[in-house]
Amino acid sequence: MAQKMTAGKRVGMEVSIAVSYAVQLARAEAIAAYPITPQTHIVEHLSTLVANGELEAEFITVESEHSAMSASVGSAATGARTYTATSSQGLALMHEILFIASAMRLPIVMTVANRALSGPLSIWNDHGDIMAERDIGWIQIFVENGQEAFDHSVMAFKIAEDHRVLLPTIVNLDGFILSHVVEAHEILDQETVDRFLPPLKPYHRLDPQKPVTMGAFAMPELYTEVKMAHQVALTNSYDTITEVWREWGALTGRHYSPVERYRTEGAKVLLLIMGSLGEVAEVAVDDMQAKGEAVGLVKPRLWRPFPFTDLRAAVAGCDLLIVCDRALSLGGGANPVLAEVRSALYPLAQRPQVLGYTIGLGGRDVQPDDFIKLVQHAQAEAKQGPSQEFYLYGVRG
Amino acid sequence: MEKFGFAQGTKFDTYASRMMPREEYFTSGHRACQGCGEALAVRWVCKAIGKDAIIAHATGCMEIVSSAMPQTSWLHPWIHVAFENTSAVAAGVDAALNVLERKGKLTGRRPAVVAMGGDGGTSDIGLQALSGALERGHNFTYVCWDNEAYMNTGIQRSSATPYGAMTTTSPPGKKSIGQKTWKKDMVAIAVAHNIPYVATASPAYLFDLYFKIRKAIETPGPAYVHVLSVCPTGWRSATELSVRLARLATETGVFPLFEVVEGRHRLTVEVPKLRPVKDYLKPQGRFRHLREPEVEFIQRQVLANYDLLLKKCQSPFPEFAPIHPPQVG
Repeated sequence: MAQKMTAGKRVGMEVSIAVSYAVQLARAEAIAAYPITPQTHIVEHLSTLVANGELEAEFITVESEHSAMSASVGSAATGARTYTATSSQGLALMHEILFIASAMRLPIVMTVANRALSGPLSIWNDHGDIMAERDIGWIQIFVENGQEAFDHSVMAFKIAEDHRVLLPTIVNLDGFILSHVVEAHEILDQETVDRFLPPLKPYHRLDPQKPVTMGAFAMPELYTEVKMAHQVALTNSYDTITEVWREWGALTGRHYSPVERYRTEGAKVLLLIMGSLGEVAEVAVDDMQAKGEAVGLVKPRLWRPFPFTDLRAAVAGCDLLIVCDRALSLGGGANPVLAEVRSALYPLAQRPQVLGYTIGLGGRDVQPDDFIKLVQHAQAEAKQGPSQEFYLYGVRG
Repeated sequence: MEKFGFAQGTKFDTYASRMMPREEYFTSGHRACQGCGEALAVRWVCKAIGKDAIIAHATGCMEIVSSAMPQTSWLHPWIHVAFENTSAVAAGVDAALNVLERKGKLTGRRPAVVAMGGDGGTSDIGLQALSGALERGHNFTYVCWDNEAYMNTGIQRSSATPYGAMTTTSPPGKKSIGQKTWKKDMVAIAVAHNIPYVATASPAYLFDLYFKIRKAIETPGPAYVHVLSVCPTGWRSATELSVRLARLATETGVFPLFEVVEGRHRLTVEVPKLRPVKDYLKPQGRFRHLREPEVEFIQRQVLANYDLLLKKCQSPFPEFAPIHPPQVG
């Protein structure tokens, strides 16, 4: 189906299906996946594409997510373009291997359909799953609509496989509220994607003609240096990420930035949020600006490596920055995005007051009105001095 | 070794050391303990595997003694990822080779895929990944190095530790005989997956081990080889006795050498008259605390198990009906 679509034509489909077409157009060669809601539609459709011979790939129906990531490490190390997708408990089960995949510098691409972590069990959306994996050493990108999910699923392969990068990459998309909605997508044709994304050229691979040892252990005199090399690689990947995004912009007219801004000019109050609730917040910002309130919105897209410079530039000049997390750091004072933003701004001589809110946990619906109420609450708190380290918006009892 | 026709099931019975390959793939300089039966087995298994292979190895003794960055003892392309997942890693390697072969991206012949792990990495923490990979029918050979405990972390009991053995987490005491349970029958578990080839092997019978590995490699689909790996450090035995102990394990019936081809059992080393198990237990410090009743119990149980195995070998019926579905597409 994807081959028959022509560039420029917008087609309505479920976002998960659009992601699977992106993976097909990227000519993924090995896909190892285990079923978990709400990631399932992506891999179900991919397995159909493989079963029909529309995608020349091996689909490994592993017996767990731990094995999904382990098999992905094996196939990527052997030199096949490798893709997987998961959510929540599945991502948590992969935890151990995620660090190893990135330390081995294997360009695996993974979609995480973000979902709350148990307990209590919840299949619904928040960012608790990915925030628990913040430090795995992967490139981590957030998207807010179906077109972005398609675009970044293709671009992720090019970024991950670039020999200046060689790092696995996660594309985060909100479970259900994005993964399961039907939107209009421009699906590129195969020829265009082939021109954009050449076949994988492994930097090293398991090959008897040139044997290598992968996954050797490090004694104390080497471990720190290996971790530093990883840190440098991940930080430096910023240049390649933005280069690939610029190339995509020239190709499709859709331009992406590490920190997106929405009506921030002259705004003294800024909301900050990642993921698909950014579009909901845009509606709230439109409403507030229509009433003459100087409220704008910033939306970090690149979570790792964290775009410190872009963030500082995006919030320069505002007085109050309201950071909306979709996760909790239980027992702490700052949730993951709040902590990162505060630490990015702390060294600045002039910085806004920063208040943190956690919203939309475990699928709790967030409407434009909620953002308006949240801004009003934050303005009152800022005026009288914050009464809490952070606020759990809309919690009862 | 294809010329010997193992894939066709022909029995090869000429044993001659000069026919063994001189090439080494597991090189000297590794950090295994003196008298390590496992390192000996690894060396010979790697010879049998031959050059064209990719090895995935679990965390454990053989990984830790052989791959201290930036050195390696492995001349094969070799990957270690974690403890419990080596079968899944091998599955990924197999899948990648399939698709790369179909796309014409493989240079040279398709390498064999071999996964290796210790008894803990196989019968405990790695059992799920192994079961999944066997069930899915990946074309790979799994080799279990069974030294009967978690030796790498300091001799803790595993489900493969034999009854009565002293380990640091199954210590004998006023209320304990040591390991309370009988050794998990990992080979039967592998057989129950209806895979085409399963075998036991021992570094005391190198020709037998060599040809079993060759058969496993040449068998399409999953194969499982369980190698008894004498561990002087953990078994509290003299380092020069490792090969003898491995031989005694077979001669007493504690570790019979057999293979299961398409569900049919066959003894590959026949022992006309089993020696008493105490010949095997006595040189090992880990069994030193056992009294006569425990030794008698072990003797009875070993004979009963051996008898069962002989019955399986004599049975005209395979353990399972081999599955050979027609090709699709």
